[in-house]
Amino acid sequence: MREKLEKIKEQALAQIASSDALEKLNEVRVNILGKKGELTAVLKSMKDVAPEERPKIGQMVNETREEIEKSLEAAMKKMERAVREAKMKAEVIDVTLPAKKNIIGHRHPSTIALEEVERIFVGMGYEVVEGPEVEKDYYNFEALNIPADHPAKDEQDTFYITGDILLRTQTSSTQIHEMEKGRLPIRMLAPGRVFRSDEVDATHSPSFHQVEGLVVDKNITFSDLKGTLAEFARELFGEETKVKFRPHHFPFTEPSAEMDVTCFKCGGSGCRFCKGSGWIEILGCGMVHPHVLEMSGIDPEAYTGFAFGVGLERIALLKYEIDDMRLLYENDVRFLKQF
Amino acid sequence: MNTALSWIKAYVPELNCTDQEYCDRMTLTGTKVEGYERLDKNLEKIVVGEIKKIEKHPDAEKLIVCQVNVGEEEIQIVTGASNVKEGDKVPVVLDGGRVAGGHDGAPLPEDGIKIKAGKLRGVPSNGMMCSIEELGSGRDMYPEAPEEGIYILPADAAPGEDAVALLGMRDTVFEYEITSNRVDCYSVLGIAREAAATFEKPFVPPVIKVKENGEDVKDYISVEVQDKDLCSRYCARVCTNIKIAPSPEWMQRRLAASGIRPINNLVDITNYVMEEFGQPMHAFDLDTVAGRKIIVRRAKDGDEFQTLDGQVRKLDSEILMICDAEKEIGIAGIMGGENSKITDNVKTVLFEAATFNGPNIRKSAKRLGLRTDASGKFEKGLDPRNAKAAIDRACQLIEELGCGEVVGGTVDVCEPLKPLNVLPFEPEKYNALLGTQVSEEQMLAIFKRLEIEVRENQAGGKELVIPSFRQDLAGRADIAEEVARFYGYDKIPVTLPKSTATTGKLSFKLRVEQKARDIAEYCGFSQGMSYSFESPKVFDKLLLDEDDKAREAITIANPLGEDFSIMRTLSLNGMLTSLSTNYNRRNKDVRLYEMGNIYIPRKLPLEELPDERMQFTLGFYGEGDFYTLKGVVEEFFESIGMSERMVYDPEAGKNFLHPGRQANIFYKDTLVGFMGEVHPEVCDNYSIGTKAYVAVLDMPVILPYATFERKYEGIAKYPAVMRDISMEVPKEVLAGQIEAVIAQRGGKILESYRLFDIYEGNQIKEGYKSMAYSISFRAKDRTLEEADIAGTMKKILNGLEQLGAQLRQ
Repeated sequence: MREKLEKIKEQALAQIASSDALEKLNEVRVNILGKKGELTAVLKSMKDVAPEERPKIGQMVNETREEIEKSLEAAMKKMERAVREAKMKAEVIDVTLPAKKNIIGHRHPSTIALEEVERIFVGMGYEVVEGPEVEKDYYNFEALNIPADHPAKDEQDTFYITGDILLRTQTSSTQIHEMEKGRLPIRMLAPGRVFRSDEVDATHSPSFHQVEGLVVDKNITFSDLKGTLAEFARELFGEETKVKFRPHHFPFTEPSAEMDVTCFKCGGSGCRFCKGSGWIEILGCGMVHPHVLEMSGIDPEAYTGFAFGVGLERIALLKYEIDDMRLLYENDVRFLKQF
Repeated sequence: MNTALSWIKAYVPELNCTDQEYCDRMTLTGTKVEGYERLDKNLEKIVVGEIKKIEKHPDAEKLIVCQVNVGEEEIQIVTGASNVKEGDKVPVVLDGGRVAGGHDGAPLPEDGIKIKAGKLRGVPSNGMMCSIEELGSGRDMYPEAPEEGIYILPADAAPGEDAVALLGMRDTVFEYEITSNRVDCYSVLGIAREAAATFEKPFVPPVIKVKENGEDVKDYISVEVQDKDLCSRYCARVCTNIKIAPSPEWMQRRLAASGIRPINNLVDITNYVMEEFGQPMHAFDLDTVAGRKIIVRRAKDGDEFQTLDGQVRKLDSEILMICDAEKEIGIAGIMGGENSKITDNVKTVLFEAATFNGPNIRKSAKRLGLRTDASGKFEKGLDPRNAKAAIDRACQLIEELGCGEVVGGTVDVCEPLKPLNVLPFEPEKYNALLGTQVSEEQMLAIFKRLEIEVRENQAGGKELVIPSFRQDLAGRADIAEEVARFYGYDKIPVTLPKSTATTGKLSFKLRVEQKARDIAEYCGFSQGMSYSFESPKVFDKLLLDEDDKAREAITIANPLGEDFSIMRTLSLNGMLTSLSTNYNRRNKDVRLYEMGNIYIPRKLPLEELPDERMQFTLGFYGEGDFYTLKGVVEEFFESIGMSERMVYDPEAGKNFLHPGRQANIFYKDTLVGFMGEVHPEVCDNYSIGTKAYVAVLDMPVILPYATFERKYEGIAKYPAVMRDISMEVPKEVLAGQIEAVIAQRGGKILESYRLFDIYEGNQIKEGYKSMAYSISFRAKDRTLEEADIAGTMKKILNGLEQLGAQLRQ
């Protein structure tokens, strides 16, 4: 009996080893372990075994069965893996073929610049507000300390609708609306479209965008203006950016300044981009003129403030090295998708 | 404004700095230097040469061979120039030297031209004699230079001497950007005063002393100012025995560097004084002045006048004129008349230095279309005190330069001069505004440099007397700026506001717009921007009816041309123009959006500000159709919390859209926008050769419905029950009508519905279409029973039958 079992096992293992297909392994299973299989036959013949021998033989049969089953299972796994591998081998793709992209639209570079500026100032506690694009002369000029006959009125070639209504030439007009609300302190950022009657060319557009900033509170100083805008420049152009303030003149601020930043191409050593100076002019700013505060109902003895104005297109042109302003209004997708 | 540094140094003799230092420090104190150019740029090894001998070139007819004494040695130079003769002194560039350009006066090369010894047609030539063009200048600046050929130096020039210096080219011309408040700095003296203050060196203005001939000006001329509102001062002086000749070289050089062409001594002197003092002057030939009388008065409407450039100008009653006893002889502050123009035969000159009303001059010049150097200065509003100083200076130069004799006295018709402005001295307030701690002594030192006088006031404190040329200093903030400028903007500390905290935020409107941009971009649309103004012709291009409300647009009074003359009342033109640009540049599948205002007048002509309505405009051509765009629109509405059913009404009535493919979009019975396929004729008008689709959403009406509030509603625990219905529906019934029935009658348990099949064709009877919907029901709190659904389904089916639908079995 023992020999018989040994023989069955050896035979079975040999057949398993020589099987080269899943069907053959199945055959082995049926032939040996199946209802009419050899091992099953051995079990059936147990009745011929002496009763005292039966447990021992039974154990042997079970061991043989387990061994064969284990071997079968291992062989099947191996074979299944081989089959899957063969299948996958046939499924090889060219991973360098072009990607199937989701087409996503692009923001206009001026809007990207605006959102950058907004992000920085909202972080500093500024509220973003808007004012009208078609504006009263009073808000665009008079309340900004530019009375009738002021030469500055001519400098900014203004589009007029009527004698009193015009297209705003600067977002500074929003300062006045905000101050007139009478809610202090003010930390305001006012983006928007402005208009000047400049013919369209590579550096001019009759319509462009500005962002105006205004802070009014007690004890606001010129040094606060410097600190705030220096922080802004570092955020916008990078940690290494340095700023320089030069005296300038705007009718609605006093003292006034223009701010330059170190050229972000050469870092300040001078290149063609900054015309060798190492500096690039970025914005105008100053302390709100006492007349302006007063006209808007704020006591200039109690309150001071600072204001600044940034040209968004200027930032966009500089940041992205766009050499022709007309591109910003053509809306050619080959241009837009670069941002 | 351009000025040679040497001219500034004439009044700040101790000024000693490099060009770059000058540029940087002047800019930091507020006199912005736009740029500077050395006149001797690329001029190297150029000396005075004396031509000793000229011989013909043995092999070339047009060349000559010169022996030239260049100081230490005599060198041989071959030249083609024909204007030189033996004994002439000429500029010579030696071997290895450099000149600025070629003799043809073409644009100068960046690095000049290097000159080397060589042979010309076999004869050695060891240098080059220079024309004025080769020295980087021209006959405009050096009128004595020959039209062609070598520049001939004065006979007393010493061979071997630096010819560049002799020509006044060892100098730098600075270009300044002067701000409109600093009228005083539109003059050499003004800039020199700033330079002196910046570098803390003494300011030495010219001493004005006029040597008069003993006659009395009143015997020559009288002046009557009739319109004193436009002329607050009129000074007149007379010079006799005028001898017209070239002005001295130093004067010519200074004028040339300022960009003013030297003409003759008389013209040059008036220009020189205008530059030096910033006060325009005019010179009349006194013999042409009828009645020897000057009358200053407004012109009459319709008068005509010939200015000295020969043009006939039409006048009006707001233009101020200078007249004699009989006629008009000049437009005040702008240009003199042909009839009183100075000629070379002038014997007696009448000088005028006046103060005219700035705004009036500016407007007159604008109306006349005649902006001159003089009007540019007058329009800024000049200091009347400067007029007298300038006219005296001019007379001084006339006498000193031998141009004529000065008649004694000045006819000076002057309104009372405004007293000098006095401001309190408030050092703490200046520091408080600046955030600095500048000491009182530092401030006083700064005021001294600026000629601001500090004196005791009656209360024992200090007050500041502002000089008349600083009309811009009117209050505390102005004085604080003066302190800041000379203390140094760069030395002011850097701080952040220490005041009350505020919340940074975007307005709700801006947040919704930002969301709209995000959704458009997720859906493949890129942001465009177009102008707010356009041509009135766009209404025809868009096929609008004659009486369409949209034609009532705001007109710009002074547009850049008709194409930019009205404020848009529709956002479509910009979008279609952009699509057209892309289409004609062969860009495929273009999707654009714009977020911009339209301008709806409340009444025309405009009396109050118009309604500015933000429009979210989407447009595309290429892949996709009406429903693609509809998907984007609905994505947007969902993203801003507008979750109820949108209603699309095909009766939108838009002429510019395809009549069968357009819809007004309603949300909760409010019209929020429209969309559709662009009318083929409109596509033609915009040269778009394919189907294009647009949607315009009116943000102001959308805003009240928008919300970013969200509430978690739980994920369904109980199963949904699905019912499919298939029906034949009369063709004219819209999916929207069917869905309205399902939505309305589905009740609380209706979860969703979806059209999964639509078909028209053979198997369907004439005039009908087949539609199939899948409807899903679900309850939050239980598994739905057949009975729950049966009732609801019945209601829905009844409703559909009322629309004429027949259920397919």
